[in-house]
Amino acid sequence: MKRNVFALMSLVLLTGCSSSATWGWYVIDPRTPGGWINVKFLVSGMWNTIQISVIAALISILLGLLVALPGQSRSRGWRLINRIYVEFIRSIPLLPMLFWVFYGLPIIFKSMGLNIPIDPFWGAIITLAISDSAFTAEIYRAGIQSIARGQSEAAQTVGLNYVQTMRYVILPQAIRRILPPLANQFIYIVKMSAFASVIGMQELTRRANELVVTEYRPLEIYSLLIVEYLILVLIISAGVRWLERRMGSDERI
Amino acid sequence: MSNAAVELVDVNKWFGDFHVLKDINLTVQGGEKVVICGPSGSGKSTVVRCINRLEEHQSGTVRLDGVDLTNDQKSITAIQGAVGMVFQQFNLFPHLSVLDNLTLGPMKSLGLSRRDAETRAHHYLKRVRIPEQFDKRPAQLSGGQQQRVAIARSLCMEPKLLLFDEPTSALDPEMISEVLDVMVELAVDGMTMIVVTHEMGFARKVADQMVFMDHGEIVERGTPEAFFTAPESERCRTFLSQILQH
Repeated sequence: MKRNVFALMSLVLLTGCSSSATWGWYVIDPRTPGGWINVKFLVSGMWNTIQISVIAALISILLGLLVALPGQSRSRGWRLINRIYVEFIRSIPLLPMLFWVFYGLPIIFKSMGLNIPIDPFWGAIITLAISDSAFTAEIYRAGIQSIARGQSEAAQTVGLNYVQTMRYVILPQAIRRILPPLANQFIYIVKMSAFASVIGMQELTRRANELVVTEYRPLEIYSLLIVEYLILVLIISAGVRWLERRMGSDERI
Repeated sequence: MSNAAVELVDVNKWFGDFHVLKDINLTVQGGEKVVICGPSGSGKSTVVRCINRLEEHQSGTVRLDGVDLTNDQKSITAIQGAVGMVFQQFNLFPHLSVLDNLTLGPMKSLGLSRRDAETRAHHYLKRVRIPEQFDKRPAQLSGGQQQRVAIARSLCMEPKLLLFDEPTSALDPEMISEVLDVMVELAVDGMTMIVVTHEMGFARKVADQMVFMDHGEIVERGTPEAFFTAPESERCRTFLSQILQH
């Protein structure tokens, strides 16, 4: 039964392909001069995608920590600030937030008498970083809470204050557990950076869109686009595994 | 009037509705050794943890060297450096070498240079008789060695007072004596100590004052001779017969 359905589907697809559609892989065939120009155009968006993602991730890692720490405080007020930030930020979809930052924030700046233009590059970074920081903060929280309470008590009894306890005792131990989910978030940022195309950022997706408009070959161009992201993410994954191994071996006794 | 090293006056503490400490009064003079015993859940650990501000008390006074302890964060940090604490579970920092475990507090809290802190660390490692283990990670040591490192870590802060919260309860039997030996030596050297323990042999040897707690109260106190030979309360007699039976 299953096999029959599969056979039928294949047939439909194949006949569909051979009868009415035509392939246009030449548009991205690097062996032809025109295809080579197109591939170069598409791949050249990579650098911006990487820049946006890396800068946004770095900001998010710092911002997330700043948001996570008050969540560990004994004072209710600090914990409330943490909760409000996390719940509020993580409920905003990325695209509306991007519009708000890119089109709305300059108006607020202007009303305050500040002339701070927000270009697509920084608009995308700010949005990705803030949006991601809520998740990063939760990752930190889980990591910090996974370290036994006795550790911070011991740190206190040798006279360390809160910041020192975090810096020298808790975070070094938490980081190993935090790293894998943090890497996950980084991959997420790389993929979400595609949204920057809608505010005109010349990254991978924007390049693909522009080429589709002129070449009218969406299947081939978007296929290449997917492969570009795939390669990027695979490289990141390999890097993270290397980092994890290194930190893991550091901890081995 | 000379100030006592530790003075607890009518200290009360609640965990939610649970009244863990009921009107605790305890005075410990400088150089004195106090052993606190009692059944589990009697509040003995909580007394010790109130003295170094790992717990807050809700009423009464906790005084160290004549200074009332408040809940102000700066003063808490200052006190915590001056009062050493040895935990049941050692609580060594697993990501640091033994030496770094010992130098962290002196360098970051007391502001010692690395070299001075390391000199001090080696000195106290010798004192707890594991000078050769300084570059190991805690997990490479036996339980008894870990606890002696923990004691050395406290000593590196050169505290005026050393608290022990069931320091041998998590140890295998054959490792208990190596830790107790170190503690006896500290006692002989004149360290002010408050020890929560069920090691009655140790208590007999070093205690100036025995305290028995049950249900958050100090039920009985006295010299070890009086305490072990003629306990006054029924609860204390029962407790002693239970732990001395074997």
